[in-house]
Amino acid sequence: MSKYHADQRGRYGKFGGAYIPEMLQPNIDDLNERYLPIINSQAFQDEYKSLLKDYVGRPSPLYYAKRLSEKYHTNVYLKREDLNHTGAHKINNAIGQILIAKKMGKNRIIAETGAGQHGVATATACALMGMQCVVYMGEVDIQRQAPNVARMKMLGAEVRPALSGSKTLKDATNEALRDWICNPTDTFYLIGSVVGPHPYPDMVARLQAVISHEIREQMLEKTGTPNPDYVIACVGGGSNAAGTFYHFLDEEGVRLVAVEAAGMGVDSGETAATIALGDVGIIHGSKTYLIQDEDGQIVEPYSISAGLDYPGIGPQHAHLKDTGRAIFLSATDQDALDAALELTRLEGIIPALESAHALSALRKMTFQPSDKVVITVSGRGDKDMETYMKRFQL
Amino acid sequence: MTNRIQQLFQQKKDILSVYFTAGYPTLNDTVRILQALEKSGVDLVEIGMPFSDPLADGPTIQASSLVALNNGMTIKVLFEQLVHIRKSVTIPLVLMGYVNPVHKYGIEAFIAKCAEVGVDGVIIPDLPFNEYLDDYKPTFDGAGVANINLITPQTPESRIRLIDENTNSFIYMVSSAAVTGAKKGLAPEQIAYFERINAMKLKNPTLIGFGISDRESFLQTCKHASGAIVGSAFVKMIGESPNLESDIETFVNNIKRG
Ligand SMILES: Cc1ncc(COP(=O)(O)O)c(C=O)c1O
Repeated sequence: MSKYHADQRGRYGKFGGAYIPEMLQPNIDDLNERYLPIINSQAFQDEYKSLLKDYVGRPSPLYYAKRLSEKYHTNVYLKREDLNHTGAHKINNAIGQILIAKKMGKNRIIAETGAGQHGVATATACALMGMQCVVYMGEVDIQRQAPNVARMKMLGAEVRPALSGSKTLKDATNEALRDWICNPTDTFYLIGSVVGPHPYPDMVARLQAVISHEIREQMLEKTGTPNPDYVIACVGGGSNAAGTFYHFLDEEGVRLVAVEAAGMGVDSGETAATIALGDVGIIHGSKTYLIQDEDGQIVEPYSISAGLDYPGIGPQHAHLKDTGRAIFLSATDQDALDAALELTRLEGIIPALESAHALSALRKMTFQPSDKVVITVSGRGDKDMETYMKRFQL
Repeated sequence: MTNRIQQLFQQKKDILSVYFTAGYPTLNDTVRILQALEKSGVDLVEIGMPFSDPLADGPTIQASSLVALNNGMTIKVLFEQLVHIRKSVTIPLVLMGYVNPVHKYGIEAFIAKCAEVGVDGVIIPDLPFNEYLDDYKPTFDGAGVANINLITPQTPESRIRLIDENTNSFIYMVSSAAVTGAKKGLAPEQIAYFERINAMKLKNPTLIGFGISDRESFLQTCKHASGAIVGSAFVKMIGESPNLESDIETFVNNIKRG
């Protein structure tokens, strides 16, 4: 295992671990014992790969974006997670975890969701497997992501509003953890990002690692070498970035770029730029960077993008920051909107608002004409049409 | 050295412990409530340090935490309020809260301050026990502050033994798989769990908490442990109380004496 992965205790350098109340300890111990043997089993690999291929539609294309490349005088490749079934990378993880849940004999699935993409992915996987599904979603997010709420309901999931705090992703996560405390034996908590207590960050990263695995194969085929010069992804909790980085972590020549959401601006007080602002603390069971006040109370984040509206970040990313292995940028709401419109007009691809943050790196960095730059388009923009309609006066 | 917690358990049974959120209903109620609790005959108090994201708590304590934070409660303010507490309150006091605010304050500094003002123990549900053993136990022991741990119906016997071996106060027995908040009555499987723990003959006494709200549930749990902890029911009462002192006396009387 490389120095960028979790150690035996679930630590990434000083980050990670499992800071959970005793009530969750048996669940976490159980998962910790089982997840690697299950993931590494042939039976799991066969079923997971076959579902990714025939159900999710993988491999997702790596598309050479010609007009975007011309504009930025470099070579831009888009990893098209937006073309997956259900419209984002979240399904890779949901399919993997539901197979693990099944192998562990659980029949009730709970999840948290921000943008609703993970909720939809989970509800989809549950429909596929015939499992009961409860999704917690902040009341604010329920309003701004209405189409995804309807999709979850149509898929048979129960959507429960999180009414506490900022009524967004962190509060939905609190509610899901409370549900798990109250239902420790029959329930599997299907976390949607590389956050939470160990082993979740590692488990989710492994299930998203298919993204970088495919990028390497596709780059080799297209360019004759598996390694691009840059890989770029947005970070909320950080799962699409973790998957995009995974097989490049030890390829030190590949520069890793993560873009977080600055909301109205890093210093505006209305932001979700965890790395830019954060200091070390503990959120949802993990030691990491988070946005907190001087008394250790977690500050309610803000971003136009519900999927990035989270005050923490996965512990592996905190470690990538501290070791200097990855570059962290932040993009404001306006940066993201500009990048979304640009991609739409130049390439005919309407990205999710989250993914638009990653695309804004093209303006924030300078690339050489010979550089090969891979950007993960984590999801499609259907769910954000209401915001786009308002902001672009469509 | 025997501290106040050990003394209490040596001298008494049917111990009534009460939890409330510091800074609730108003910021400066903390000391008043402590004094009223002691006067009413409560044996031990857990003072909750409010947190923005209390993930082991149900709606009542969530709501009280939010009010307390909005009132301006912080760990610093709490220690200021408690600075002279040992002049008026003699029963054991325990601080209970989540790890992030304590981490931000500095765990070592926090424990030192506890010892300084006369706090006897702390409960930090999301500080992992192994991390406590590896990194913090000498700090707690050196300051004479007890680290109190939870066990639940799902906690394996080996882990209960490990916790018992490394505890010198009491063990907090969570009554069922639940977050805090008043649930009525004890089911047969909960009684079986209490008995299973009793049969282990732990060196530490136990208090039962979560879902204990009235005299009936208090008496029932006292049959299976050294006493019980009442939290949400008390918090709910003080939130609605027009006269804290007399309402606290009535509440405690109803539970202790019926
Ligand atoms: C399309 C899309 N991209 C990115 C994210 C952010 O999550 P993560 O940082 O885990 O990839 C979300 C979350 O909802 C999303 O829906």
